[in-house]
Amino acid sequence: MALVDFFKRIEPDKKKSPFLHTAYDAFFTFAFSPNTVTSGGTHIKDGMDLKRLMVTVVIAMQLCYLFGTYNIGHQHFVAAGQYLGFLEGFHLKLAHGLIKLLPIFVVSHVVGLGIEFYFAAKKGHAVEEGFLVTGALIPLIMPPDIPLWILAFSIVFAVIIGKEAFGGTGMNIWNIALLSRVFIFFAYPLTISGDQIWVSGYKKLTGGTLADYGWWHTTFFNKIFDWMGLSKFDPATKVIDGFSGATPLALGYEGGWEKVTSVFSESQMIWGTIPGSIGETSKVLILVGALILLVTRVASWRIMAGMLVGLIGTSWLLNAIGSTPFMQVTWTQHLMMGSFLFAMAFMATDPVTAATTNRGKWIYGIMIGVIGLVIRVMNPAYPEGWMLAILLLNTFAPTIDYFVLESNIKKRLSRA
Amino acid sequence: MSKLNLSLSLVFFSQILSAQSTGNSGSSLMTYGLIGLCALLLVWALFGLASNLLKIEADKYGLDSEKNRIGIVPGLSDFITPSKPSFAQEGSFHYLTKGHDIKLEGAATGGVSQANVTRFALNPKNFHGMSPIPKVEVEVGMEVKAGDPLFFDKKRPEIHYVSPVSGEVVEIRRGEKRSISDIVILADKEMKYRKQHVPDIYKTDRAGIVSFMLSSGLWPLINERPFDMVPDINSVPVNIFISTFDTAPLAPDNNLFVEGNEEAWQKGLSVLALLTSGKVHIGLDARGKTAPAKAFTESYSVEKHWFKGPHPAGNVGIQIHHVAPIRGHERVWTLGVQEVVTIGRMFLTGEYHADRVVALTGAELSNPCYVRTKQGASIDELVKNNLTGDNVRLVSGDVLSGKQTTADGFLGFRDDQITVLKEGNDYELFGWLLPLAPRPSISGTIPSYGKDFNFTANTNTHGEKRAIVVSGQYESVLPMDIYPQHLVKAILTNNIEKMEALGLNELTEEDVALCEFVCTSKNPVQAIIRQGLDALKEQS
Repeated sequence: MALVDFFKRIEPDKKKSPFLHTAYDAFFTFAFSPNTVTSGGTHIKDGMDLKRLMVTVVIAMQLCYLFGTYNIGHQHFVAAGQYLGFLEGFHLKLAHGLIKLLPIFVVSHVVGLGIEFYFAAKKGHAVEEGFLVTGALIPLIMPPDIPLWILAFSIVFAVIIGKEAFGGTGMNIWNIALLSRVFIFFAYPLTISGDQIWVSGYKKLTGGTLADYGWWHTTFFNKIFDWMGLSKFDPATKVIDGFSGATPLALGYEGGWEKVTSVFSESQMIWGTIPGSIGETSKVLILVGALILLVTRVASWRIMAGMLVGLIGTSWLLNAIGSTPFMQVTWTQHLMMGSFLFAMAFMATDPVTAATTNRGKWIYGIMIGVIGLVIRVMNPAYPEGWMLAILLLNTFAPTIDYFVLESNIKKRLSRA
Repeated sequence: MSKLNLSLSLVFFSQILSAQSTGNSGSSLMTYGLIGLCALLLVWALFGLASNLLKIEADKYGLDSEKNRIGIVPGLSDFITPSKPSFAQEGSFHYLTKGHDIKLEGAATGGVSQANVTRFALNPKNFHGMSPIPKVEVEVGMEVKAGDPLFFDKKRPEIHYVSPVSGEVVEIRRGEKRSISDIVILADKEMKYRKQHVPDIYKTDRAGIVSFMLSSGLWPLINERPFDMVPDINSVPVNIFISTFDTAPLAPDNNLFVEGNEEAWQKGLSVLALLTSGKVHIGLDARGKTAPAKAFTESYSVEKHWFKGPHPAGNVGIQIHHVAPIRGHERVWTLGVQEVVTIGRMFLTGEYHADRVVALTGAELSNPCYVRTKQGASIDELVKNNLTGDNVRLVSGDVLSGKQTTADGFLGFRDDQITVLKEGNDYELFGWLLPLAPRPSISGTIPSYGKDFNFTANTNTHGEKRAIVVSGQYESVLPMDIYPQHLVKAILTNNIEKMEALGLNELTEEDVALCEFVCTSKNPVQAIIRQGLDALKEQS
């Protein structure tokens, strides 16, 4: 293990430079499982640890990342009426997607991990792995054109106020990723709830607007594509007349399922070639991620099942009332649009902010399903309800657990 | 409640199916659905009413001996629960689904051979709540017989802790702050026993039996819950529990313990039956294809309970929870099979026979086997010429709740197993991401290698201690109606009232050992539970 010796030699002094030592420790334990042995309790331990748990979630998100990158570019060209086929202009779509996604990904990690390292050094404990998942989730739930300074702000807010103020990983009440999004949602509403932001690369989405290409497009990638003999970014690309960047939910609110399907086909919505936040459009790939989480038992199946039950029950109720076109949308149609599945697989199942008792998890899941759908269908101000529903139930999760525990305590008392 | 859920979900599913088959949208479907729902609810209510009436009647005649076995609708458990094994007819049957069997390499096999051990020791630190410096009744150089008192606790001078062997006291070891750690005895080749006059148990009252047990050194063999202590001399247990099988990793086969000791075992049970205000309950192994030893299945003056399920189904704490959970400030006694045999032999012969069958286990032993020796045998002499390497850990007990010891240490007072495993003090490149060597785990992210695979585990922690993040993990390996994670949090915040309410009384370290093993955040659950028990004891 010469490599270990080398790393041990460059270890910074803990007293002189606590921040450097914390950073070093985080990277060292990332590269090598430490050689600590058990003492005092069980002599063997399960091979699972928090690093592995968090990385499993990140792995489950990777397909959403791949497809999200492509879809950013795809939506950009659909707005211009070019390369409408799936494989047409594939390299251009990927390049445009990378130009948009990478800065978001980098900002999210640099800002979030920076704060995490700082607090870990200050408190003198090891860096907890929680932000690995949060940092990977945040880009997926942002619109592709999100201004980076707003993103940075929102992460600072979410990590400091939402997590460190409560005592760090494992102590937070609200889901950090959702907290950063809800911060933007209320502080900078125009950047996240308008109908123009879901398609990237244009200043405005009115007909005739020229594409907003920068150095990366016209110089960097165009040179590479030129050398490879592929088609290039055309600065004359412009939005076609009469294009509407509306999302299925906005359409659904206006005119129900008919209006939605008049713009997007069902297969488009299922496979995800529609405008939306970066990682939440492809239902199939999200389901693959959910399956990974379920098979490895990393996420709670009770929460997922509960949410599904809540959604189905509420949609039946709304169907029965049926007074607006959106109320008549069935539950299968609800599953196809919006971000229900993403919220179910990756957001509600966060073990720290969810209910922690098995019975509590059912209640928690069902309530999210009910409240989220009610917000989606009944409230014109918020196009999607899952973020608010999950944050609301995060707040109530300790209360749910409290009542579950109380019933256990009562049962024990009644035996006495 | 579960029946309501079931019928409701059935209604839901029928709706989904009909909605998909007709494809009709609109109100007519909804109306039919609602009518159907009402009809089903009515039928369900009628069935529920009839079933409950039946139960009340049955209760009146005392027919409902096993919980909820009477009713007109079969419960879900009737379809899922496997039937009792054919040999488990007498007594109640409990099928536990939660838990996990950790399969390790190095199980002891074959018959029992005589171990050649010369040094034995009694360690006051094996007893919870003992003062650090007990009154030692012997001096170095003194000759003692098996059954002669060695020391007593100044707080409870009536309880004598006696020598397991006869021989010469060669050393009194001291630990921190001059506390006594081991009283070492060099054993005679030919055992000499202190002869006691045994009272006739059927002609003596309880107080007489208790005073005999105190004077003869049998008393410390008894363990009292909830605090896992030697019981107070005035304590009368509501029940006495004995588990006749052990599900811990590499645990010894308890059938070997009663081989040749059938009479002593039954005598021990008969004596214990006189000491409790309730009953003596024995937990029997229903996991295997064949019945456990006849001595166990044909025991009398006891209640029998069969248990089937993964570890910790063999833990006496789990069995208590399913038979007669500890309520309030009740006291319950527990004993191991070999302790019962020692008690029985004393009442048969008047001599203190502390014979122990010990399993030498673990992948780092060249020949895992069973040996016959006495309580407190020297570890060094037990594993001599049997170790395969130097970088090993010696554990008195099993890998989950045993105590770490060294070669010059001795077998724990109640231990019947030594486990030797490799120290895991190596770095592993990306070990958390790509575990190259197989390791035991309940996680779905780590390959399980099938049911019959035996792991070679080491003592690496496989990760660092973190805040508790994952929920539901402890619950999945604890077959009790207890929320261990919330209990742990109550203990950490020193909320005495809540820890008691959440059932801390019913737990000791060994019951939550598996929770500690599976904990993703590597929290010391056993130590936390002991901390809670100590706090609770101080309160009472």
